Amino acid sequence: MADNVAELKKDNFDVEVVQSEVPVLVDFWAEWCGPCKAIAPVVEEIATEYEGKVKVGKVNVDENQELSLQFGVRSIPTLLIFKDGKVANQVIGAVPKTNITQLLDQSI
Amino acid sequence: MNREVIIIGSGPAGLTAAIYAARANLNPLVFEGNQPGGQLTITTDVENYPGFPDGIMGPDLMDLFRDQAKRFGSECYFKSVTKVDFSSHPFKVWVGEEEYASNSVIIATGASAKLLGLESETKLMGHGVSACATCDGFFYKDKKVYMVGGGDSAMEEAIFLTKFASEVIIVHRRDELRASKIMQERALNNPKIKVAWNSTIKEIHGTEETGVTGLTLEDTNTSDTREESCDGIFMAIGHNPNSGVFKGQVDLDDVGYIVTQNGSTATSVKGVFACGDVTDHVYRQAITAAGLGCMAAIDTEKYLEAQN
Repeated sequence: MADNVAELKKDNFDVEVVQSEVPVLVDFWAEWCGPCKAIAPVVEEIATEYEGKVKVGKVNVDENQELSLQFGVRSIPTLLIFKDGKVANQVIGAVPKTNITQLLDQSI
Repeated sequence: MNREVIIIGSGPAGLTAAIYAARANLNPLVFEGNQPGGQLTITTDVENYPGFPDGIMGPDLMDLFRDQAKRFGSECYFKSVTKVDFSSHPFKVWVGEEEYASNSVIIATGASAKLLGLESETKLMGHGVSACATCDGFFYKDKKVYMVGGGDSAMEEAIFLTKFASEVIIVHRRDELRASKIMQERALNNPKIKVAWNSTIKEIHGTEETGVTGLTLEDTNTSDTREESCDGIFMAIGHNPNSGVFKGQVDLDDVGYIVTQNGSTATSVKGVFACGDVTDHVYRQAITAAGLGCMAAIDTEKYLEAQN
């Protein structure tokens, strides 16, 4: 995982995401998910391009079933955009980068 | 600058075309679309692709295809083509606002899972409605799910879902399945799988917050309806060709497949070729798509040579 992409777990989710001052893009993924692999490089690119403006993190659903359940994630990849601690937008499935950045730009 | 060839699509057809076109020094540009690697990236074991006697995972196979295409100089981008203009030379291809020009185009956009067409289905997609059992089955541990369809993929996915779900009910509109004998037997002998015969889904219940909570089934003989509770609904009712962006540019048949001519990959527009599942509703295999992709690259090479 790239340096500017945080590994999110139940223990750090509140601090890293809910209390974050900037919007957070959270990628729910798993090792066995093909479309997740397709979108992973895009998520990393976004982390670099939006550094300072948006925080980016990933939740491994295999290891964090409680978080998936809490946010009603039933399909991966699911990208949630958190703003002020709440889900402001979501993207389900692997989509082109511009679909994600458009939603992010609305949240900044 | 004009490209020699733009390839639209990145499944077995598109990437095989890229391998051949790259080796012919055509420096292909590949637009991968919104599912790089295509339909195989949402499957698990591929057991019938020659050369892999022990089987291979679909996503891994497509990574190998892509590596091979890149090794010979193909440029692959995770971008979706939004518009084309084949009415004049060079052909034009747009990705949003970006415009590209090319002397030839290979269309290999494949097919996507068909959906029922219910409003509630669109609303609950990703919230309990899924067209990819291998992606989403994990979220249905000890849950009750429905599988819509009667073909081999419906059986295969129903069997896969029993690894997680407590109960898988296949919904089928007739009183017999279309699937091959061997797949039917495997599915029907599975103690977790039941079949709702002569039934269609009339409505899906739930909200984005609750997810799917149930459905209304209609009996295809009597039109009686009944409500059932469930946590997920998976679709495997066939495919639609991804040809929308080419409508009015090349000839399509009445269900939207791109028409190719005389056993070649030539479309109704000279210099535009098509291959893979967007042209083929009969075989629809990784190996046939790859074969058609190879043909498209050779057809393209011949066309470009004749132009120069």
